[in-house]
This record gives sequence, C-alpha cells and structure tokens, in this order.
Amino acid sequence: MKLINKNHVVKKMPTRLAVNSICKGLFFLATLFGLLVLAILFYRIFTQGIGHLNFDFFQNFASRRPEEAGVKAALIGSIWLMAVVTPVSLLLGVGTAIYLEEYARKNWITSFIKLNISNLAGVPSIVFGLLGLTVFVRALALDRSVLAAGLTMSLLVLPVIIVAAQEAIRSVPRDLREASYGMGATKWQTILKVVLPAAIPGILTGGILALSRAIGETAPLVVVGIPLFIAFLPQSVMDTFTVLPMQIYNWTSRPQEEFQQVAAAGIIVLLALLILMNSIAVIIRNKFQKRY
Amino acid sequence: MNMTLTGPKKAPTVGIENENADSVFLKETVYETSDLNLWYGENHALKNINLDMYQNEVTAIIGPSGCGKSTYIKTLNRMIELVPDVKTTGQIKYRNRNILDQSYKVEDLRTQVGMVFQKPNPFPKSIYENVIYGPKIHGIKNKKILDQIVEKSLKGAAIWDEVKDRLHENAYGLSGGQQQRLCIARCLAIEPDVILMDEPTSALDPISTLKIEELVQELKKDFSIIIVTHNMQQAARISDKTAFFLNGEVIEYSDTNTIFSNPNDKRTEDYITGRFG
Amino acid sequence: MLEPKQTDTYSVQQLILEKKSKKRWNIEKLIPKLLFLTAVISVLITIGIVLTLIFETFIFFEKVSIVEFLTGHKWLPFASTPSFGVMPLVVGTLKVTVIAAIVAVPIGLATAIFLSEYASEKTRRIIKPILEVLAGIPTIVYGFFALTFVTPVLRDIFPSLDMFNAISPGIVVGIMIMPMIASLSEDALVSVPKSIREGAYALGATKLETTIKVVLPAAMSGIVASIVLALSRAIGETMIVSVAGGSTPSMSMDVTNSIQTMTAYIVQVSTGDAGYGTTIYYSIYAVGMTLFVFTLIMNLLAQFISRKFREEY
Ligand SMILES: Nc1ncnc2c1ncn2[C@@H]1O[C@H](COP(=O)(O)OP(=O)(O)O)[C@@H](O)[C@H]1O
Ligand SMILES: [Mg+2]
Repeated sequence: MKLINKNHVVKKMPTRLAVNSICKGLFFLATLFGLLVLAILFYRIFTQGIGHLNFDFFQNFASRRPEEAGVKAALIGSIWLMAVVTPVSLLLGVGTAIYLEEYARKNWITSFIKLNISNLAGVPSIVFGLLGLTVFVRALALDRSVLAAGLTMSLLVLPVIIVAAQEAIRSVPRDLREASYGMGATKWQTILKVVLPAAIPGILTGGILALSRAIGETAPLVVVGIPLFIAFLPQSVMDTFTVLPMQIYNWTSRPQEEFQQVAAAGIIVLLALLILMNSIAVIIRNKFQKRY
Repeated sequence: MNMTLTGPKKAPTVGIENENADSVFLKETVYETSDLNLWYGENHALKNINLDMYQNEVTAIIGPSGCGKSTYIKTLNRMIELVPDVKTTGQIKYRNRNILDQSYKVEDLRTQVGMVFQKPNPFPKSIYENVIYGPKIHGIKNKKILDQIVEKSLKGAAIWDEVKDRLHENAYGLSGGQQQRLCIARCLAIEPDVILMDEPTSALDPISTLKIEELVQELKKDFSIIIVTHNMQQAARISDKTAFFLNGEVIEYSDTNTIFSNPNDKRTEDYITGRFG
Repeated sequence: MLEPKQTDTYSVQQLILEKKSKKRWNIEKLIPKLLFLTAVISVLITIGIVLTLIFETFIFFEKVSIVEFLTGHKWLPFASTPSFGVMPLVVGTLKVTVIAAIVAVPIGLATAIFLSEYASEKTRRIIKPILEVLAGIPTIVYGFFALTFVTPVLRDIFPSLDMFNAISPGIVVGIMIMPMIASLSEDALVSVPKSIREGAYALGATKLETTIKVVLPAAMSGIVASIVLALSRAIGETMIVSVAGGSTPSMSMDVTNSIQTMTAYIVQVSTGDAGYGTTIYYSIYAVGMTLFVFTLIMNLLAQFISRKFREEY
C-alpha cells in the first residue's frame, strides 16, 4: 500500500491554494486598515479645523470665546520648549552614545548602563512627569518654568537619541577610523574629525524624530503643572508657559462644540509642525545617503 | 614657485659609500625586530620573529593567507592595539627605540610611520580635505603651506594631473585605483619616514596595480617601504628584500633575488613555485 | 599661478614637531571622563525616578495603609471619607489594554505577515512610512479622534454606550500600538533564515502553510516580545484615556460605562487643585509607582523573551 495517495493530494491542492489566496487578501485588508484610519483621521481633523485656521488664529491668545481663541502662546511656547530640549538632549544623548560606542570597556558598569537605557525607553511618559515635578519643580525650585518642563522632556527623549546616535556611530566603517589612527591622530581627534562627521546624518535624523516626540507629548507636562490656559508669552526660561498639545488638550476637554473645531485647528498646526520636522529628517537622510 | 618643501629628513647613512660596489653600501637600519611573539587571546599568531629592515628599501612580506603578515605589519605601527586581547613579548626597535614600550606614544610613532590599507579608505570628504587631514590634526593650519603640501603629496602619489582640477570634489567620486593613490598621498602629506602597505593592490584592477607598483619604486628614493603582498610576482618586481612567513614564523629572509632564484628552505621553494598557498 | 613673495624651506615633520604641545594629551584623558558623566546621567534618571516614587509613596503609606491600597475595591479620594483602594484604577487600565490588544494584535500581526511574506519591495516602501506616521501621531491627537469621531460612531451603533467609556479609548489605543507590533514582528519574521522557508516550499507547502507552520513558530519569541512591549505602552498611555475614558473608577467589567485608568487619575489630580502635601497629592506617586512596576515587569519580560530569540539562530 502506498503511504501517500497522489489523487488525494491533487484533489486537495485547489482548496489549499484558495485558502492561501483568501488569507493573503485578509492580510492585505489588515494592512489597509492602518492606511484607512490615517486617512479618516486626517480628513476629520482637516474638515473640522480648517474653518478656524486663519491669520487671527496665530495672532490671538487663548480665550473663553471660541471665535477669539488663538494658538499664539502655545505655538511660541512649543518653540521655547524645543530651545531647551534640543541642546540638553543632544549633548547628553550624543555624549552617552560616544562613551558607550568608543570608550566603554566591557564590564558590568557598561552593561548596567545599557540595560538601564533600554528600560528607561519603556517607562511611561507620565512617570517622567512625576520625576520632573519632584526634582525640577519642587527640589530645584524651578517652578512651572520653561526650564523645568524642558529638562523633564529632555530626559524623556534621551533614550531615543542615545539609541539613534549609537546606531549612527556604529555604522561608521572601521577602516575610516583605522585611516585616521594610521596618520597619528589621537582617539578624540578621530572621533571628532572622522566618526562624528560621518555619523551626523544618522544622529540628526534620530534627533529630529526624538524632538518631534517631545513636541507632541502632553502627559509629563500636565503632571509638571504647566498651565492649560495662558495669555502671555514667556520672557525667559524661568517663566511659565504652555505648549501646543496642552492647549489642544484644554480645548478638547471643553464641553462646547465650537471648541472642538478650535482644537482641530490647533491639531493642524501641531501636525504641520511635525510634518515639517520629519521632512527635514527625510531630506537629511536622502542627502547623506550612505556612501561607503 | 620658489617656496619649496624639503624631503623627509634623512638620517645620515652609515658605512662606506662605494659607487661601484653596492653590496658594501651599508644602509641605516629602520626597524629591528627581535624575538617578537604575539597572541590573539590564546592564538599564538607570531612566533619568535627576528627581522631587520633598512632605509630606502622596499621590504616585501609574503606568505599564504593567515600566516600573520597583516598582524606583523600592524604591529610595526601598533595598529594591532585596536584589537582587544592582544599580547606581545619581545622588541621592535624603530630608529633604536623600542616601540612596544608603552611609554612610546603611538601618535608619535604613527606620525613617523604611515600606513596604506588593503581596501582604499579615503574619508567621505573632498580630495583636498583628505590630503590635509594629517597635517591639520598635527596643528598645521597655514593655508599656503597646506596648499603646497596638497600639491606636493598628490604629485608624489602620481595622481596630481588626474585630480588637480577637482580638488574640492568628494573623494568617493574617484575610481578604486585613484582612491588608493589618494590614500598614499594622504600618507605622504605628513612626510613619514616609513610607509607600511598591507596588500595595497589586492582590491585593484591590473592597470591600477601596475601604477601603484611603479609608484612604490619611485617612493623608495625618499621613504622606506614595507609591503605585504600575497602576489609573489609583485614582490619579485618591486622589492629589495623579501621575508617569507609561514604559520606565524619567518621561514626565510634575504635579498629578493636570492629568495626567488635560490631559496634556502624547502618550504620557501615550495611556496614560490606555487606548490601551496 | 601667483608667485608667493617669501622663500621658505621647511619640512612637514619639523613643523609638526614645532606645533606639538602637551595640551592634547590632557584633553585625551579628560574627554572620556566627561563622556562617562553624561552616560551616568541616564542611570541617575532611573535612580531619580525610583527614589522619587519610593519616597513619596512611603509618605502616602503613612497616611493610607498599604493593605487598603493594594486590596481595597473602592477608589474615592475626593469623598468626605476617602478610600484609596487601587483596584478600580487597575481594572480600568486593564479593560482598555485588553480592548487595545484585541484590536492591535491581529491587525498588527497580519500587517507584519503581509509585509514580510507577501508584499513586494515597492509596496513595503509605501506601507512602512505610513505605519511610521501612524506611530508618530501625538497621543493628544488620538485622544481628540477617540472623543470626537470613534465615540460618536460607536454611539450611533450602540445607543446605550456612555459618552465616556472603555471601548472607544481601547480601540484607539489599539490603533496607536498597532504599528509597533507590526514593525517589531516584521523584523522578527524577516530575520527567519531563508533556508527554513525553502525547506517548506520544497515539500510543496503553500505560502500560507509555510508562514503558519514554519515561519511564525520560528519568529514566535520576537513576536511575543513585540506584543508585550506594545501592551506595556498601552498600560502607560495617558492622553487618550484621559480625554475619552472618563473619570469614574469602577470595578465593573462593563466596557460601555465611564472608567478611570491609573494614568487618567494622575492627570485628574494634576489638573485639579489638590494642594501640595495632601493625601491626594501623595496618592499620585503611589499610583505612579504601581504603573511603573507594571511596565517595568513587562519591559524586562520582553527583553528576556527577545534575548532568548536572538540565541535561536
Ligand atoms: N582580530 C583578530 N582576532 C583574533 N585572531 C586574529 C585576528 N586577526 C587575525 N587573527 C588570526 O591571526 C592569524 C594571522 O592573521 P593575519 O595576520 O590576518 O594573516 P594574513 O594577513 O597573513 O592573511 C590568523 O590565524 C588569524 O585567524
Ligand atoms: Mg592580511
């Protein structure tokens, strides 16, 4: 007796192929789901908010009357926040990445630092807010200032920048370093003149992605106590302020229907800012496409 | 142009100069290796190496793959230290100072001893920036001097005519052979005393290879050159002395002519007649 | 070429010798120490987080017993006789997380399979950036979307649904974490060696059979790790649940009523006017600690699983 009945196999083949096609279709539909959601989301927000998006919207401060509410304080506040987060997080993040990739010996301290960074990346953002509230706002008495919020946010995005910078530094080919050492360059000269310039596109791309995370985050700032409603601009990093996502949160949670349109208009501004930043990242990535 | 660069400062030659008898002409020793052993972890990669190398000569190192050629040449400028877990014993004297002594600053050593690698490795910068990299990290900032160095080095590496009109273009636009000559120019820019070359032509086409071989012949007038090659014809064509390595040992070291025409050791003969390797 | 006026003769090595200064060696020693300090800061952040949470939580436990906090079934901090049993907040969080998982796991996994096994290079290059955009949308925008679109649509279908409920934020949190599952699972699937697939094809298996019987099992630990990581993200998600979930802590398993998650409670207190030093003020640290422990365990679990996965080939 034959172990395999050929007829049986042949008979079953069309069914198996059909199941294959059906599942392929299902997988494809699932993939389309993400696309669909994105389309609906953009469409909804655009149609709700476009009516409010005019010159006055950028000129006005927040207001109790929806028709007068504007995004000025929040937009400028977001830029202030970036002015703190960018230097702090890049300095700490790139410094850490250089240390880990170029100087760190293989010992328990190094593996502890690495484990720590990967766990830090998974800590909920609101917990960073509790840290910022305790350390920056209260212990260091920075109050609800741009500085307190900026430092909190820098710590939040630090793991993202570290990992991106580590990858960028690691991808600089070994033979470029060897060429530099071979000329009598010291380690730091090699890092500064060869490794970092070659890694800069990767670092910048990662940095911009991290900053766009910082610009869209709300939860830690809520906990730090940044006001939801403000009608003046900060004059220094020690002043209090608000940012776009906080302002949007404020408008979203108001019961009046009209404020939802104002919120949508605010979201358009926020998304436009994010798209702008991401386009810059893409341009950098393409311009400095890997050449080695 | 009346501003000129002198060649590298040559140490005075020792011995009797006799125009008619080359063999009596004694050359200054550049490198003196004695009882060198090297381990990668447990792997004993170099065993009791004893070799002397001389000024204004081309010394070739030949041998089958994995016999320790790269390891040895990288020890000569302590590039080997980039590999973790390497241990050495013995001495390598460069101009009478033991370079394996940790008080010898590697940066000083590598300023005197340049290196050209197997794969061309220009920096992703302009041709000009590539050449001035060495002088700049050593503190030379005067633009006029740098311009002169660039011209002199590129001429020295026989690539000036090909690139003089595009000095500020990216070096990655050059062909492989041109890139390798640019790397040689980059090396010449700090006027080293010795140039180490680890299979500099193995990634190149035959015509580029020929150009580099001619260049090496030219360069030996001003520099001492130590070149690793797995191409025996190349060693025969361009070198004055040849060392044959096998399994981390020097089997035979003498004048290139002797090695190729009248080897002492059976294993050398087997290798150069192509019986293994 | 212009003739320079002066006539000099010099050697580069001599110039180098002249320029050589002692300074450089000191920098070489200083730099690694400075860089080490920056690396230590990331450790200090963790220590800061842990110490902050521990200290403030201890103060909270001086006012409220730890037993009541962990086992109590009532979270009524604002009542005249307040009660601080954290379970309702945990239940609210878990309801949202489970709904998010129901949405995100099948869709994310199917997307990963489509991208790694079926899609052409061209399709992948279109889909992957879209997933990146989806992952990069600020959570407050998702919160707005949940409240102003998903909830009304659901209420058209199920009129009994409350304005604030667990379903709508659950679905939207699922949408938010879906790209994470898709892209991490795809990485796991793609790294399954080709030879394993070819073995199955050679036996006449269809693509689907190969995927389900061979590729998925081989990539299983990577996939599971991605799901655990994504769910940990869902647990910590704040703005979507604050905007659309409501502020009614509840032990009920009903998903149509208003709920409150751990994160939403912290937001509620932060935007309210509970004074510094009150029991309510300290309660946010106790809740934050609970949240931190949950997510830390899940992150460590994901790391443990994916490390095992890396050993497989
Ligand atoms: N980075 C390294 N780590 C450990 N062992 C090495 C390393 N580089 C080379 N070796 C070992 O040292 C021996 C000599 O290698 P190498 O000097 O590269 O040979 P060659 O250049 O003659 O081909 C080989 O056995 C090789 O496996
Ligand atoms: Mg070699």
